[in-house]
Amino acid sequence: MTDLTSFSAAELAGLVARGESSAVEVTQAHLDRISAVDDRVHAFLHVDTEGALAAARDVDSRRAAGEPLGPLAGVPVAVKDVLTTKGVPTTAGSKVLADWRPPYDSTIVRRLRAAGTVMLGKTNMDEFAMGSSTEYSAFGPTHNPWDLSRIPGGSGGGSSAALAAYETPLSIGSDTGGSIRQPGAVTGTVGVKPTYGGTSRYGLIAFSSSLDTPGPCARTVLDAALLHEAIGGHDPLDSTSIPAPVPDVVAAARLGASGDLTGVRLGVVREFAGEGAEPGVLAAFRAAVETLTKLGAEVVEVSCPHFQYALPAYYLIAPSECSSNLARFDGVRFGLRVGDDGTRSLEEVMSATREAGFGPEVKRRVMLGTYALSSGYYDAYYGQAQKVRTLISRDFTTAFDQVDALISPTTPFVAFPVGARTADPYQMYLADLFTIPSNLYGGPGISVPCGLADGLPVGLQVMAPTMADDRMYRVAAALESAVGPFTPPAL
Amino acid sequence: MTTTLPAYDEVVARYEPVIGLETHVELGTNTKMFCGCPTDFGGAPNTRVCPVCLGLPGSLPVANRAAVEATIRIGLALNCSIAQWCRFARKNYYYPDMPKNYQISQYDEPLCVDGYLDVEVNGEPVRISIERVHMEEDTGKTLHVGGATGRIHGATESLVDYNRAGIPLVEIVTKPIPGAGAMAPEVARAYVTELRDVLRSLGVSDVRMEEGSLRCDVNTSLNLPGEQWGTRTETKNVNSLRSVERAVRSEMIRQASVLAAGGRITQETRHFHEDTGETTSGRSKETATDYRYFPEPDLVPIAPDPTWVAELKAALPELPRLHRRRLQQEWGLSDLDMQSILNAGAVELIEATIAAGTTPTAARKWWLGELSRRANETGVELADIGATPAQVAELQGLVDAGKLTDKLARTVLEHVVAGEGSPAKIMADRNLEVVSDTGALTAAVDEAIAANSAIADKVRGGKVAAAGALVGAVMKTTRGQADAKTVRELILERLGVQG
Repeated sequence: MTDLTSFSAAELAGLVARGESSAVEVTQAHLDRISAVDDRVHAFLHVDTEGALAAARDVDSRRAAGEPLGPLAGVPVAVKDVLTTKGVPTTAGSKVLADWRPPYDSTIVRRLRAAGTVMLGKTNMDEFAMGSSTEYSAFGPTHNPWDLSRIPGGSGGGSSAALAAYETPLSIGSDTGGSIRQPGAVTGTVGVKPTYGGTSRYGLIAFSSSLDTPGPCARTVLDAALLHEAIGGHDPLDSTSIPAPVPDVVAAARLGASGDLTGVRLGVVREFAGEGAEPGVLAAFRAAVETLTKLGAEVVEVSCPHFQYALPAYYLIAPSECSSNLARFDGVRFGLRVGDDGTRSLEEVMSATREAGFGPEVKRRVMLGTYALSSGYYDAYYGQAQKVRTLISRDFTTAFDQVDALISPTTPFVAFPVGARTADPYQMYLADLFTIPSNLYGGPGISVPCGLADGLPVGLQVMAPTMADDRMYRVAAALESAVGPFTPPAL
Repeated sequence: MTTTLPAYDEVVARYEPVIGLETHVELGTNTKMFCGCPTDFGGAPNTRVCPVCLGLPGSLPVANRAAVEATIRIGLALNCSIAQWCRFARKNYYYPDMPKNYQISQYDEPLCVDGYLDVEVNGEPVRISIERVHMEEDTGKTLHVGGATGRIHGATESLVDYNRAGIPLVEIVTKPIPGAGAMAPEVARAYVTELRDVLRSLGVSDVRMEEGSLRCDVNTSLNLPGEQWGTRTETKNVNSLRSVERAVRSEMIRQASVLAAGGRITQETRHFHEDTGETTSGRSKETATDYRYFPEPDLVPIAPDPTWVAELKAALPELPRLHRRRLQQEWGLSDLDMQSILNAGAVELIEATIAAGTTPTAARKWWLGELSRRANETGVELADIGATPAQVAELQGLVDAGKLTDKLARTVLEHVVAGEGSPAKIMADRNLEVVSDTGALTAAVDEAIAANSAIADKVRGGKVAAAGALVGAVMKTTRGQADAKTVRELILERLGVQG
């Protein structure tokens, strides 16, 4: 490992800004690291060496010309392959988009470029962000740098594994039911699901439109905040984007790093602190609660009785929306086309394309959703799930009358071995048990490393009210200052 | 299959029709419903597209405020309630001209509900109840190549043009209209005509049925008196006002023939054929797609500010029916006269001509006379005849100023219609102005007197009536461009006779 890859994003930006390192040197160091370890980790689906070096040279020449640089200028970033990148392959982890090069940049990527960050490439993910282990990627699984025989979480396993493997100091993920936070937890990194509408979905290939939230991933809470600030804020191209400034997450992270949580009231979600999680996870979580108390926080127990229905509601809403969102992958306008040999009808070509282009988990969810939305079943399934969603949101608002933020383990179990849960979809779905409620409610959540269980990282989740993202950054930064860092064994 | 179709009189003597109309209107906004692409008609295929209207992965719709405003104005003009909160919904079905394989539409939460439109059928008022007015996006256009029918079956390839995909559409749905009896076809036509005029007066669409910016689906069913309403069919491809009337009539006759033979009506979509005036079966609704409607999660709900809606309501233009009534009064016309103007489609033309400075009588004379005659002869709409209200007003101005006689004015108008420019320019270019220069006219008079000395003597002898022959001679030499009355006075003066 070269020195440059061990720095945080904030430190790298400082090196570049002060001229102690060039953006090209920083970029090259990370590209070298990717060359050295990614054949074992497989965090990247595409490395844009030329594009990255060109962007780095641009930062260096702007600096040389005396132009003002943003707080992350020259810092490398990896982007989950679910966000469109103009001219750069974007697959969503699916064969159906294996050769697709989008003609446009997503808003997040546009903002990353404008901020002077250097995009290294695109990271591996479960196909269309459906999964919790990155094993459902059409291009093979990503491995957890803590133990290469284990999964890095999912769907954004590539973005989190790339951080843990020091291939990048920053990455972008998307969180529909936990796809940023759960990989963050099991790789010992920080993962943030911002408030829904706080980060633009324009150019984010949709899985479940009412839940999908792009967000920052980093090795430190401050880095996540810096990245959050760079990508967040209102976007007129996304109707669901909130027309308000990003909460001051960077200031909150700095405040939290002082280690003082006096006056902060935290609620432990009773339903998530008992059964349902591995003993090692619960032990690490309880230790973290003690630490937070020592830092001055007042910790109480809060009941959210409807959280137990979050998982079933999620598995009706998300598949329903995905069954419609994925209808456009039909071979007509872009991506894979199968069976167009002049003997098949249009309908047959569409059908053959989808049969060959989608993997089993995607097909399972498209079928689930198609069924749930069908005439005669809508009220019993989709309609009912929306009612549950309302009740869960009420649990949150009631809880936030009593406390500033809620805490729980991020995920019930530490990184599991590759192949351990693929045979039973339900066992896989349980990975998101604690993260799904925030998606249904729309509020922000962060996963921050809080300890180890059997040598594997455990994450603590902080959940805050909508548009109060700064609160959870403060708590996470305080915990980080008290318990970190957690460094994986050398690769 | 050859069956003898029953006569229309027999159909309506035995059955009662129920009709309903679903009208799609392409809004005349500058940009599409959910993206910034231009909406102009035409353009090379797939040039007016972007990631959003092509449905590329990751793209998102944003509702066009101008389209929402136009829809609210339509709802208000149709006396609807405007929803305080409504949503878009996705209508899911696979078809290649639908980029996303779902259409963004409205389902159970439309923007405007429960209105009505008053129309007149043969002078009788009829109130048509409006069920809903909602927004949606248009699809692309598919061209099937290689088949005999131009339909998808038998085609070897299909080409899709997405320029139209995402054009804002408003769908206006009536409640079922029972009780029209034999008048059902006329009621349908009167409704679409009035609706078109309302939309035009709002300026929200160019409402051209032949270009597809106004499209109409006609629902028809028959039942025996006192019995439940029958199964309805939905007739599409109805592309003119005349076709609306013909489609209802023809579908009533067809259904009656099926029922009379002991058959039952299938709920289905049928296609109207302009050439034969008949409908043929399309896809059956019994095997229709389940559209799996659900609220569109990519778009926030629309909650129109009541103040805004009130402002839009206050700013509505005078609607056609009231407007026509006021004009009729102002112009001092009988019901019959007004009806003939309406039938000729000349209301706006006459109104504009009057606005340009002409009297109602003169304006009506030109548009219903000479210009209507030419329009009928050449088979074009009066509005497309080639003469504008401004030109007609200018022409009448020249007549009023004594520069053109009526006969000369008709000649000038002919050249206006031929596209030769303004009446004044044509008059000058073609030297058609009335000869009013007295010097030239006196010379012509003297010439005529000299050439017809015998007649001149008769006039001098008191036979004033004989002067007519001299007038004729002068008119001949001036090619009709002199005013006969002036010529006559001049002749008498030169001959020293009191007129």
